[in-house]
Amino acid sequence: MMFTLPNLFRLAVLVVLLAFLLQPAWFEAMLTPLVQENAPAIYNQGSLFWLTVLHLRTVFIATFAATVVAVSLAIIVTRKAGAEFLPLSRSLVNIGQTFPPVAVLALAVPIYGFGEKPTLIALFLYGLLPIFENALTGLTTLPPTVVEAARGAGMTGSQRLIRIELPLALPVILTGVRLSVVISLATATIGSTVAAKTLGEVIIAGLQSNNLAFVLQGGLIVAALAVLIHDALQGLERTLAGRVHV
Amino acid sequence: MIQIEEVTKRYGDTTVVNGVTLTVAPHTVTVIVGTSGSGKTTLLRMINRLVEPTAGIVKIDGEDNRSIPGYELRRRIGYAIQGHGLFPHRTVAQNIATVPTLLGWEKDRTEAKVEELLKLFQLDPADFGPRYPHELSGGQQQRVGVARALAAEPNVLLMDEPFGALDPIIRSKAQEDLTAIQKHFGTTIILVTHDMEEAFHLADKIAVMDKGEVVQYATPAEMLVKPATPFVETLVGASERPFRLLGIETVGEAVEPGSAEGRPVPEVLSQRDALSELLWSGRSALPVAAANGEILGRVTLQAIVKRAARPR
Repeated sequence: MMFTLPNLFRLAVLVVLLAFLLQPAWFEAMLTPLVQENAPAIYNQGSLFWLTVLHLRTVFIATFAATVVAVSLAIIVTRKAGAEFLPLSRSLVNIGQTFPPVAVLALAVPIYGFGEKPTLIALFLYGLLPIFENALTGLTTLPPTVVEAARGAGMTGSQRLIRIELPLALPVILTGVRLSVVISLATATIGSTVAAKTLGEVIIAGLQSNNLAFVLQGGLIVAALAVLIHDALQGLERTLAGRVHV
Repeated sequence: MIQIEEVTKRYGDTTVVNGVTLTVAPHTVTVIVGTSGSGKTTLLRMINRLVEPTAGIVKIDGEDNRSIPGYELRRRIGYAIQGHGLFPHRTVAQNIATVPTLLGWEKDRTEAKVEELLKLFQLDPADFGPRYPHELSGGQQQRVGVARALAAEPNVLLMDEPFGALDPIIRSKAQEDLTAIQKHFGTTIILVTHDMEEAFHLADKIAVMDKGEVVQYATPAEMLVKPATPFVETLVGASERPFRLLGIETVGEAVEPGSAEGRPVPEVLSQRDALSELLWSGRSALPVAAANGEILGRVTLQAIVKRAARPR
């Protein structure tokens, strides 16, 4: 199970990624053909490793906040008392998704200044929708006999939520989180246009100095992160789905 | 004892249950039958307040069922439904322990109860306790569903078409088990079904519902002999009546002195099954034996045919 071909491939990607982040000099020869004479082939205006850590941190904070808000919202609107807020919450998270992150950055910078904050806001808003919609689906498509049995056994509303509804909806909620994380990993790069420390810095530096190697290494690191995190979360979902047997 | 007094349920302009009054004696099995949409499930769900009545009172052992919060009431009343509704992410043992856990029973007591119930339902606790519901067959899941409903030793057990999803062979086994368990715990059972056969097989008393009203509430024999309305007559099945009548009584009640050839039938066998045996074997009488093997006498074809006739 552990050593299937896809898993070995993932392991290889992880090893290459770590090697590149910690010892980029090893890969210099491969990237040199892409740059003009005398230009550096490896990003030299900061540590790639630290940029990656900061990039992941930004994505993690934004996704975590989006998960807490979106799941809470989904719980509220699936309760009897909150049902009337469903259309309103739907519109709100839809606006979050349709509003371009670049526009959010442009609007947030005058208020919060340059740096990480505008990026966090943009990613947070952008990440709400998939998590909210999935949590909603998960909580509204539970097997009716199971919910009925929980009520018939004498569980209170909160006991049903915590003991039955959330555990059964968890795999579907996690799918939403996974979608959100992957989108955010890519979107976070534009945060560097307003001076957030993300891997976007490498790509932007490459564009400004016409350095294809910079653009390529920034893009590839983000892509590798997205693939690895996507697969890890998918594995977690499968394990959980196997446990709840739905 | 359960007293349902003038209970009505309306959804908007539709009246689902209309002024129903019923009294269920303790330690008996009452079966509510009716076509779909007759309001039988709604009536059942008003007893444990999964549905709140629009008007009327339900009393359990003389106490209004609204005197305690709904969830506390439901912890005291067993509830088993069609398709079992087992929690898929919890093991069989955890499922059965649901209500005891909610009631805050001590761990030892809960474990002992789970083990007792699994054994009672012929499921090995060591083997089945740690399994998940999806690892069981339909019949086993249904048994665990009933075991879960009985875990907190409720005086009252409500069952909504509990055997509806089972195939005929497993269903009749499940019905036998239920009868045995009802005798074991003395639970008052109210069961909803649309299967007349099941109703006659299990019931001490049958309530027939039609369009939200109880049209007849009587013992199975009474219902056969004196159907209150043409609807009841249709439901009972006019052509089935003599056989249903024989199905209620046992051979022991029809035994007469004398001897007969062949293998004896047990005295607890229904007269219907005895008739079937007589017809199939082409004989005119069968010896009847008590549980200990002693021959009590015989049962004749003539006697059974007489008993199948409409009582006057």
